[in-house]
Order: sequence, then C-alpha cells, then structure tokens
Amino acid sequence: MNINATLLAQTIMFALFVWFCMKFVWPPIMAALEQRKKHIADGLADAERAKHDLELASKRSAELLREAKEKVSEIVANGEKRASEIVETAKTQAKVEGDRIIAGAKAEIDQEVFRAKEQLRTQVSTIALAGASKILGREIDAKAHSDLLDKLVAEIK
Amino acid sequence: MSSEAHTSAEYIKHHLQNLTYGHLQNGTWGIAHTPEEAKAMGFWALNLDTVLMSLLLGTIIMFVFHRAAKSISTGTPSGLQNFCEWAIEFIDTSVRGSFTAKNDMIAPLALTIFFWVFAMNLMDLLPVDYVPMLMHELGVPFFKVVPSTDPNATFGMAIGVFLLVLYYSIKMKGLGGFAGELTLQPFGKWGMPVNLLLEGVNLIAKPISLALRLFGNMYAGEMIFILIALMGGAWAGATLGGATLYGSQILLSLGWAIFHILIVTLQAFIFMTLTVVYMDMAHQEHH
Repeated sequence: MNINATLLAQTIMFALFVWFCMKFVWPPIMAALEQRKKHIADGLADAERAKHDLELASKRSAELLREAKEKVSEIVANGEKRASEIVETAKTQAKVEGDRIIAGAKAEIDQEVFRAKEQLRTQVSTIALAGASKILGREIDAKAHSDLLDKLVAEIK
Repeated sequence: MSSEAHTSAEYIKHHLQNLTYGHLQNGTWGIAHTPEEAKAMGFWALNLDTVLMSLLLGTIIMFVFHRAAKSISTGTPSGLQNFCEWAIEFIDTSVRGSFTAKNDMIAPLALTIFFWVFAMNLMDLLPVDYVPMLMHELGVPFFKVVPSTDPNATFGMAIGVFLLVLYYSIKMKGLGGFAGELTLQPFGKWGMPVNLLLEGVNLIAKPISLALRLFGNMYAGEMIFILIALMGGAWAGATLGGATLYGSQILLSLGWAIFHILIVTLQAFIFMTLTVVYMDMAHQEHH
C-alpha cells in the first residue's frame, strides 16, 4: 500500500492503451457499424420503394382491367346494336320484298282479270247473238246490230 | 491459509502486500520480502504484481478488440464481433449521453477505461488464496492479483484522466480562460483568493475522488473476501464449530462473490462515466 513508481507505470500504460484503442480498435469497428447501418437503411428504403412500385403496378393493372371491361361492354353493346340494326334492315328488306311480290302478284292478277275480260268481251257479242237468236228463233244479222253489240261490249268493263 | 504458522493478522497483512521491486537497504536491487522492506524502498519502487496484471489484462482486452476490428465485416457479425460491436455501441451511447462536445478521443478513452477497469476488478472474483499460494510455491513472496486494490493503479489512471482534463481545459478555453474559470467565480474578481481555493479544491477533488472511489470499493471487497477466507482457516478439527465455519465460508464467499459482480461492473462503469463527465466539463465554456 505504498505509493511508488507503480503510479507512473500505470499512467503510462493507461496512455498507451487509450492510444492503441483510439488508433486501432475504435475507428474500424465504428466504420463497420456505420456502414452496416447504411446498408440496412438502404435496404429498408429499397423495400419501401418496391412496395410503392407494387402499389402503383397493382393500381395500374386494376385500371387496365377496368378499361378492358369497359371496352368489352362497349363492344358487346355495339354488337347488339349492330345485330338489331341488321335485323331491322332485314325486316324492312323483307317487307319491301314482300310488298314487291304482293304488287307483282296483284299486277298479274289484274292482268289475268284484264285478259279474262278481253276474252269475255270478244266472246260476249257471239254469246249475245246466240242467246238472242235462240230467243227470237231466227238468225240475226250481226252487222245490223253491231252498234247495239258494241254498246254491250263497252258495258263489260 | 498459505502457511500454518501465520496468525490471522499476518494472513491479512500478507494478502494486502504488493510484490515490490526496488532498492533494498543492503544496497542491492531486488524484491522486498517483508512489508517493512517494501516501505523502506520509498517512491522509486515498482509493484510488480500490479504492473504485470494490469499490463496483461489491458493487453488481452486490446488484443481481443483488435482481432475483432481487424476481421470486421459489415455482413452478419460472428460471435466475437458481435460482442465487440455490442461493447462499442454501449460505450458510444453512454458517451453520447454525457459528452456534448466533439472529440474523437473520448469514446476510445471510455472504452479502454471501462473494460480495463472491469477486467482488473474481475480478478477479485478469483479465490483469494489461489494465486498467492501458487506464487508461494514458485518462490514469490507476495502477489496481489487485483490491480485496482492497489492505490497506485487507481491513482495512476486518475492522474491520466486529470492530465487530460487539464490539457483540454487549456486547449478549449485558452490558458487565460482556464485561469479565469479558476479565479473569477463564484464571487467575482474581488473574491479571487477564495475563488481560487474553492475551484482549486473542486479541480483536485476530481482525480482524488475518482481514484479513491474505485480503490476503496475494491479494497473493501477484497478485504471481506479475505475475512471470509479466515473463517474456514479457523477450522482446527472435525468439530461441529469447525464444520459450521467451513460451511459458512463457502456460503458467504458465494453470496459476496455474486454481490461483488455488481460492484465490479458498477465501479468500472462509474469510473468511465465520471471520466466522460469530467472531460465534458473541461470542454464546456463555463456557466
């Protein structure tokens, strides 16, 4: 328990150890710690950015999906419209065609009627003469009564 | 007990005596074989045990930390690196907590102090008789294995801290500023002598309290270990009383050692923290 030169030895050792620690121990470990801290921070930032990107991408994909759906429904609506249009045109065309056929048929019928009438007209004077001669019991000169016969023919119309 | 012939008082004295090397009274240089011889050597003598143990412990610590620092990687740390990183971060946090100025020396200083003092204190947990008995067999008369129970060691470190305090006080405030701090407060320039007395005591008290606190705690702890060890030594035969004493020694040593782990760590931490605080005060412009 005597105070002696150990005191000085201890102070010198102390100084040496502090110097050594300051020179060779503290800086490399501290630098490594800092670097690791930076690594971790970078990693976290990357993760954050990736998360953000993912969010954006999913938002974008949802938007695309929505757009596609809209397009599809638009196309479907167009198709339906087109189909109904086609049906409509077909209908009108059919109607027109029908009308045309009907008109044709009518014309034909008229023609038939006209022809029948013509035929009748040509034959009516003969028939009338035959009828009248039967009634009178003698021959009738067609030429003498031609004006009468013509009147009769004219009535058949 | 190292020798049957010792009385209790001799046993205690023997355990508290450093291995001193110096100028013997017969005119030669050598190791003192009695406390009286050691005392007669005066100032120019070395306590070999203190110097050797502190040098050994400090070197081991620096070696371990240096190894970790050399092979350090920024990836996943391994065992030793993990420990060293934990230690460095612990010191760094403590220093940041109480040191506000910027100085790259303070943190390594704190690291060195904490682990060195901790290791020196930890030697207290070695059974008190093992090392002295071993040394006795080797022909070495004394060996005090705990350097921090030698006031030379604690004062040596405290003086180192004190020199740093003086150096940074003058560096930061200038010689005039430091002198002003010592003489111009708290009473203004007319109370200069009183100021100098008060501030001087304040200044001197720093290293003294630093050294005496550590020394006192470790010395008292060591003393209690020695006293506990005496109980078993009192065992004279296979009597009931002897057996009780022997059992008590085991239990008490265990209890005191467990409690001492706390003191060992705490004293190292206090020494470090106070050093950092003193250094911080040296860097501060005063009030």
